[in-house]
Parts: sequence; structure tokens; C-alpha cells
Amino acid sequence: MRYLVEHPERVLQLTADHVRIVGISILVAAAIGIPIGIVVTRLRWLEGPILTSSGVLYTVPSLALFAILIPYTGLGASTAIVALVLYSLLAIVRNTVAGIDGVPPAALDAARGMGMTGRQLLVLVELPLALPVILAGVRLATVAAIGIATIAAVIGAGGLGRLIFDGIRLIDPEPIVAGTVVASALALSADWALARLGIVLRRDLGRSAGEG
Amino acid sequence: MIALEHLSKVFTSHGQTVAAVDDVNLEVGEGELHVLIGPSGSGKTTTMRMINRLETPTSGRITIDGRDVRTLDVVELRRSIGYVIQQGGLLPHFTVAENVAMVPRLLGWKRQQRRERAHELLALVGLPPERFADRYPRQLSGGQQQRVGVARALAADPPIVLMDEPFGAVDPITRKQLQRELRRIQGEVKKTIVFVTHDIAEAFLLGDRIVLMSEGRVVQNGPPADLLRRPAAPYVTAFIGEDRGLRALAYTSLSEVAMAVPNAVPVTGAILPGTLSLVEAGRELVAVGPANGDGFWVGDEVGNPSGYVTYRQFATEIAERLAAEGVVGESAEAVMADAVPR
Repeated sequence: MRYLVEHPERVLQLTADHVRIVGISILVAAAIGIPIGIVVTRLRWLEGPILTSSGVLYTVPSLALFAILIPYTGLGASTAIVALVLYSLLAIVRNTVAGIDGVPPAALDAARGMGMTGRQLLVLVELPLALPVILAGVRLATVAAIGIATIAAVIGAGGLGRLIFDGIRLIDPEPIVAGTVVASALALSADWALARLGIVLRRDLGRSAGEG
Repeated sequence: MIALEHLSKVFTSHGQTVAAVDDVNLEVGEGELHVLIGPSGSGKTTTMRMINRLETPTSGRITIDGRDVRTLDVVELRRSIGYVIQQGGLLPHFTVAENVAMVPRLLGWKRQQRRERAHELLALVGLPPERFADRYPRQLSGGQQQRVGVARALAADPPIVLMDEPFGAVDPITRKQLQRELRRIQGEVKKTIVFVTHDIAEAFLLGDRIVLMSEGRVVQNGPPADLLRRPAAPYVTAFIGEDRGLRALAYTSLSEVAMAVPNAVPVTGAILPGTLSLVEAGRELVAVGPANGDGFWVGDEVGNPSGYVTYRQFATEIAERLAAEGVVGESAEAVMADAVPR
């Protein structure tokens, strides 16, 4: 823990980088993944191809994926972000599909019978009721991304991985411990924060969605 | 008025075609409550769901006030038809008031107007709005959720309401209570209601007409008393079951058994309204106590004595109907065994 006390600015800077990389990745992955998930529930034949391909993508080792991407996106944070988006898609798409599939049939039937349009059904019923499951996917993806992002330090993306790789290079356990502890703390707090967000959103989304 | 003409619905599953609804013809008059009843798989729910186009007929057509529902905008059509399903089908993330005011919301009513309407309807279904409006469905008992379901169906004041086993998931006592409430509400709002159930007692209690279905076809369609007195097929008697005799008492009116008497005969003793059922008349006689003479008078619509029933005759009428029960009870078992899937 000595390292944390002696180099607070550096740790803080790297933490900020880490949060930025993961934050952007998750936002982009959600912006792509949730709509894809919705489309899959509408066009069922897409389910196999999309879930399989994102599943296969998930099994590619992160180092290999970085290496594959470097010719296109170069060294640095952008490669890390593209890779993290691809990794996060699986959990987000799959949970969006599962969440919408899990909406009680009685609620759907009643909503249709009341004369909701397809869009109203989505905004007023399906998304709010699927939200806890979708958010669980986002949490899962976030926690995983915080871990994977440490490896992105090898390709010059910055972030807490830098501390770990510094420690390996200098044969000094101190920065390794610091990087690991902060990354874990980050993962735990992100998990907690997203869980809180879920509770708040669940209460408010249905109420305000499609108002008017 | 809702008219179903040669309505059929064929499902295909595993290469086999099954006629869920087979050439159904039905007319539901304005302000009437028609009960579609039958065992599961008889096509009653599918028939109902074709009215608000949740199912598409394979052939035949449905008109509402002469207009083919296929020519109407499906969203507008559904908003103009109340819809109640088992367990209410409430949206768990909306409050009770928001659930009730959902169709008005879809129709673009203002917030204040919606809230007022929701409160009005909660009061109508016996849920004090100040206590229930802001609760969530999960905080309500099954019976209370059903009431909310009924309130929601009535919110935009639709002329037609479809009810799919609305009281199927509540305990028998709550169920009785909800049925009585529905009768009271129907008395106030006079909607055209298509009501699906498999509960024969419910059908007799609520229906202006009962449409008994089996294997996609209408076996008999008539007022409750007709199904008892003039069953169109052994199946009808079988389905009505062992309480047939008791039901017959409840659906035979005094005026049907009274002997016509010349106007000149002097009137002494009790006069009972001819509209009373035999059961009600029996209760009334007990309440009035022993009277002189060998019988009582039966009054017409305006209360003038139009007929006479002797106590002996009254007893015979009751005994005959109850006796019929035993006979039917046995044959019912036999018919039931092959006619009604359990």
C-alpha cells in the first residue's frame, strides 16, 4: 500500500484513464447492444447468428484481439475501447433479449389488448420490465471490462494496468498491489453503483416514459 | 352490436390442422352480457380474442355496429374495447391509478383528467381511491387486482368490454363477491360484454345469454333458463351438471307455473310477484308465514293477481325439478366421460 501513499497523483491519473476507457466502452456497447437485443426479439431468426457470433467473439483472448485490431485502430486507448465494446456486447445483447423475453405474457397481452402501438409496448411495458435484467448485463460487462482493461496497458492504452506492468518490469510488488487493489475497488463500486441505478430507474422509467 | 358470422380459426401445429373455432355465429346485443362457456379447448377464448383482433380469423367476419373490424384501425379498435384478463394483467411498474388510466393515457388525456377518472372508477369498483390509487399492484390481494382490472377496462368508457375468465384466479368467496359487484356495475354502466368462463355457476349468475361451446362449435346459445329447460343436446345437460335441478328452481318463474284464474275470483291471502323464481318464492313464503287457504296468488307486472298456485302444486313443481336432477346426474357422468375433456 506504500505505493498508493507515495504516488497518489499517478494512481489517480491512471484510475481516471481506466474509468474513461471502461465508461466509454460500456456506453457504446449499451448504445449498440440494447437496440440489437430489441431487434432480435422482433426478428427471431437473428437470434442464432447474433448470439453465436458475439459468443465466439467473447472467447477470443484479449491479447489476441488487441493484436488483431492494432493494424486498424493503432496503439492506444481506441483499440482498447473497440475491444472492450466487442467483449461487452455479448452480455448486453443476451440480457436484453432475456429481459424482454421475461416480460410476463399477461402484461403483454393486456397491453396489446388495451391498444398500445408497437412503440408504446416497447417503451411503456417491455423496456421498464426488462430493465433489471438488461442492467444486470451491463453490470456484468462493466465488471469484466474493468478487469480486461488492465491488459490494455500493454498496447499503450493507459489505465491501472500500467501499474501492474511497471511492477512486473521492475520486479517490485508495490505497484502491482496498488493497481490490483484499485482495479478491484473500482469493479466493486461500479457494480454497487449500477445496482443502485437499477433500483432508481425501475421506479422512475415507467412513470416518465412516453408521457403525454 | 357485435355480430360474428361464420367465424372460423384454424391452427396448424406439427403439420396437423386443428379447428379451434368452427363456423361460429353469434349476435351480442347492445347492453347485453353474453357468457361464452365450455371446457378448455372449446374455442371460447379464441372466439373472444378475435373480436379485438388479438387473433385473426381464418374465415368469416366480425362486425361491430355493422362495420367489419378488419376495416378498422387495430389500435383504435382495441382502445374502444375494454379488456379484462385473468389476474387482471396489471402492469407491475405502474401504480393502481396509472394502470386504471392507461387507455386514457394512450388516448392523450391530460394528467389531471386521467387522475380524476381513475379515482372515479376505483370508487365504482369498491376500492377507496385515497387508499388504493398510489399503491402498486403487488401490494394488492388477488381480488383487489381483479377489481383494478375491471376499472381499467371501463376507464375510457368503451361501449364493449371483453372479459377472459376475469375471476378465475381468486378464491370462491372473493369470486362470488366480484360476480355480484360486476352485476351491480353492469346495472349502472350497461356495457355490451362478452364474458369467457368455464364456471357454470358464474355463467348462470351473470349471463343474459349463455353460449355453450364445445370443440370450436356453439352447442347452444340462449337465455340461462333455455339451457335448463330446453337443452339442445345431451352435452348441454351434462355440462350444466348435477346442480341442474337446483338451477331449474332458480330459473323457473312463478308466472310459468301459476294457473290462470278468472278475474272475478275474490283475492285473499298473499300476492307474490310472478317474476320471482321458485327459490325466491319459497323464501318469500317462509318469510310471510302460514297463511289461510290452500295457496297464494301470483301478480302480473303491475301487481294485479293474474294466477294462483296451490301449496300442493308448488311442492310438486319443486319436487319434480329436484327429481330430474338425480336422473340427469347419472346420465351426465356418462356423457361427460366422452364429451368433456378433463
